[in-house]
Amino acid sequence: MTPEILLDYRPLWAVLISLVAAILILMTGEKNRNLRETWTILAAFGKAAIVFSMLPLVLGGKVIESAPIHVAYGIILQLRVDTAGMLFAGLASFLWIVTSFYSIGYMRGHNEKHQTGYFASFAVCLAATMGIAFSANLLTFFVFYELLTIATYPLVIHKRDAEAIRSGRKYLAYTLISGQLFLVAIIWTYIAAGTGDFQAGGFLTLEHGSTRMLQVMFFFMSIGAAVKAGVMPFHGWLPDAMVAPTPVSALLHAVAVVKAGAFGILRVVGYVFGPELLGEIGAADVLAWFAAFTIIVSSLIAMNQDNLKRRLAFSTVGQLSYVVLGVSLMTPLGLLGGMFHIIAHAFMKITLFFCAGAILVTAHKENISEMHGIGKKMPITIGAFTIASLGIAGVPFIVGFISKWNIALGALQGGQWLYIVVLIGSAMLASTYLLPVAYMGFFKKSDKFTKYGEARKDMLIPIVITATISVVLGILPNFGAHFYDLATMSAQSIVHSIELIGGGW
Amino acid sequence: MREQLPALIVVVPLAAALLAPLVAYFSKTMVKLLTIMALLVANISAVTVLIQVLNEGTLNYHFGGWAPPWGIEYVYDPLSSIMAVLIAFVALVVAIYAGPFLEKDAKFKTGIFYSLFLLLSVGLLGMMVTGDVFNLYVFLEISSLAGYALIAAGGNRATVAAFRYLLIGTIGASFYLLGVGYLYGATGTLNMADLAEILVPLMDSSAVIVAIVMIVIGLGIKMAMFPLHGWQPDAYTYSHPAATALIAGVMAKVPAYAALRFFFFVMVASAGPVHKALQVMGLLAAAGIIIGSIMAIAQKDFRRMLAYSSVAQIGYIIVGLAIGNSLALIGAVLHIINHAIMKSCLFLVAGGVKWRIGEHLVEKYKELNKKLPLTMGVLIIAALSMVGLPPTAGFFSKWYLVLGAIEEGMWFYVVIIILSSLLNAIYFFRILENVYMKKSDQEVKDINSDGKFELPLQMLVPIIVLGLGILILGIFNEPLVSQIIQFAIPGGGQ
Repeated sequence: MTPEILLDYRPLWAVLISLVAAILILMTGEKNRNLRETWTILAAFGKAAIVFSMLPLVLGGKVIESAPIHVAYGIILQLRVDTAGMLFAGLASFLWIVTSFYSIGYMRGHNEKHQTGYFASFAVCLAATMGIAFSANLLTFFVFYELLTIATYPLVIHKRDAEAIRSGRKYLAYTLISGQLFLVAIIWTYIAAGTGDFQAGGFLTLEHGSTRMLQVMFFFMSIGAAVKAGVMPFHGWLPDAMVAPTPVSALLHAVAVVKAGAFGILRVVGYVFGPELLGEIGAADVLAWFAAFTIIVSSLIAMNQDNLKRRLAFSTVGQLSYVVLGVSLMTPLGLLGGMFHIIAHAFMKITLFFCAGAILVTAHKENISEMHGIGKKMPITIGAFTIASLGIAGVPFIVGFISKWNIALGALQGGQWLYIVVLIGSAMLASTYLLPVAYMGFFKKSDKFTKYGEARKDMLIPIVITATISVVLGILPNFGAHFYDLATMSAQSIVHSIELIGGGW
Repeated sequence: MREQLPALIVVVPLAAALLAPLVAYFSKTMVKLLTIMALLVANISAVTVLIQVLNEGTLNYHFGGWAPPWGIEYVYDPLSSIMAVLIAFVALVVAIYAGPFLEKDAKFKTGIFYSLFLLLSVGLLGMMVTGDVFNLYVFLEISSLAGYALIAAGGNRATVAAFRYLLIGTIGASFYLLGVGYLYGATGTLNMADLAEILVPLMDSSAVIVAIVMIVIGLGIKMAMFPLHGWQPDAYTYSHPAATALIAGVMAKVPAYAALRFFFFVMVASAGPVHKALQVMGLLAAAGIIIGSIMAIAQKDFRRMLAYSSVAQIGYIIVGLAIGNSLALIGAVLHIINHAIMKSCLFLVAGGVKWRIGEHLVEKYKELNKKLPLTMGVLIIAALSMVGLPPTAGFFSKWYLVLGAIEEGMWFYVVIIILSSLLNAIYFFRILENVYMKKSDQEVKDINSDGKFELPLQMLVPIIVLGLGILILGIFNEPLVSQIIQFAIPGGGQ
């Protein structure tokens, strides 16, 4: 079942377009804000157009590759679009469009400083995300992974105050240290296997080293990816990074950066080691334990956070571990569910963060305890918040249900019923920390918010769009971009089987 | 003409060095042009020779037609040719950059500066290309003497630093000379190729062992290898700002190159004493990497921080030699090149800041991104490269070193290199934090200003050229490695 390979430069353009935009943004600067924002919008649409133009080919079972660039002796940088990469790139490039409009509304509505640097860094982040999605081998992946770290740093320290500096340092400490461990593991892989080329089902085998050595390699790589994915105990940077402007939290700290970590786990488990080898050396179980632990503990912590963004951050920590858990179960449906949760969580969480940002800009409230009765002032925003909260809690007909259902089935497939308990527990916890916000917003009386006063249009419309999509994908998971098919095809390719053994949606 | 090119690389700058004070008597502009022209000729010759060497193989040039082992021979193999290009290039860039610093100086002083600058370049170029161990000593002394004078030209505190370096440096050079003496006593020849043949059966003799020890100490002092680096931070910090980039960027790399030449080309690297010497040097270098980085974190003066960082970075190169397989040697050679470019670039930036606001303290770098946006942009690139993040040049030398270390199973060095990257990150991000995030309490005053650009073009262009160089070396290091360095290491080409 070797897929047909097409030589095409579209993946490269998808990466470069936002780098070019970043340069144009820097050159335009504060002098002409409308022109500067035009670059962002153009690049966002352009990138999405390029990415989605490749979708039919990928769905048709083809793989798109760009010509390799020899970047170091014997080692190449190469971009390749497969189903998993398409899934991630399609998601990120679509949400960038939505976030761009929202960003403009937020940054102007909030009178933020350093807007030029903000939009430029954002564009670079998206280039790095595309690179991560389309990397054909470990080195390419690492190059873009580190680029993402560096490009996100200016966004974390956006406020330039002492707290932002501290968070920025923490962020760098976590990501750089884990990046170095990742690097060691990558070099080790190149030495052991002579290649780093991602291959569905993995390319490492027991012949490449002793069990202990492979376990250590897996451990290093997992840490490298798990730090960005916020798996406990490596999550410390994520809540602190919430000092960044809200659109950053929304797209980067709920979608691009943390998902890059989760995607990294997927690549490591499914495309470097492969389920078979991991089953033999028994390393993925440890990862699954960490993920299960994170799911429960982060939910408990989230309940105690009064700052809305911090609560959402801990929720993100927990939800990402669903992806990690699904992938590390290594059963076909677990993989499918984990991958689809990348999509599901992205739409729901970006809605929640957008709402938090809209409340901040419109009503200047950050803490949940101050939001009593805000539903009167901002009914649409809180309505969207409610939908997304229900989705996170796993209510059917919202997109979160589909992925959780599959992860649960995946756990059964592997005979790991304990994880189902974790999933159910976490769903209940999620409803206890998110739904009260909606409840208080709508049903608690308050004299502060008596008049209708919704957020700016350029913030409100993105909220409505993402909330709507969360519902639509919950009913028709293949709507639009065929994300469900992409996840299915990736899972099939990893387990080398068309049959995913019944179940599914 | 073409067959004389190998000599021109050294002879033209030397002639220009002698002419410089005389020309300066007539015009300051002329002497600057003379210097740049001479280095340009050296550059063109070096590149031409490099191309020739790559096409036709090693090139031997016999001075005055005297055949070795009696005459002095220049040997251009891929290694020495690429190094000559590197030195000539950095020297040219720094010479262009030097102008604004000398504007207020008298004619005669300017002439002497350029003369010394050219002599330093001659010494460094000569050490690269000579095939004679005693001739190497002569060039070492030429470059050192010019270096002492250029450091002393930096002002009051520089005099002490220069004198200290003069004492220690002379001891180092003497050790080297003694080592050469022992080798001469044991073999009766000074020519490297000749030595390489005669030494094979003599490697375990006590004379050779003594020679190795002497040469290690001598070159170790000159390259500021830990713990022989005591002279270096002061010398780099206080030297003449127009010449610091050359002194700090490449002067210490040349002895490192000489060590590579000695241990892997003249002697038998796998033989007992050399192997042991390399192991000791590797451990010292590992200690130097860590201690140098920690000392760098503790510094408040940007130049001093860079100086300690150099102690650490020289360690990378030596670690590459100590690991000793071909991947690690590629890493070491690549790091000589990369680090020369990175460190020169950083010192050019430091000089630019000094020129504009007259400060060197890290805390005075606050909000400089507004005054010097392009320069600070280059600083980011150079800093990322020093930390070793892809796709900058610094990542790839580290990549090869780690690759070599893992292949050899030397995990200790892997840990050291990784740890050092993280320590580098601490002090370079501190600089960037100051530049981009901290607010300065009072208005920073310009002591010089160009009006039109953030720095005069003759300073700004070199800074940007080296900054781009870091990126280009990073992205296009594959051709560099597979076309040149691969053939430059011992047993290369396989």
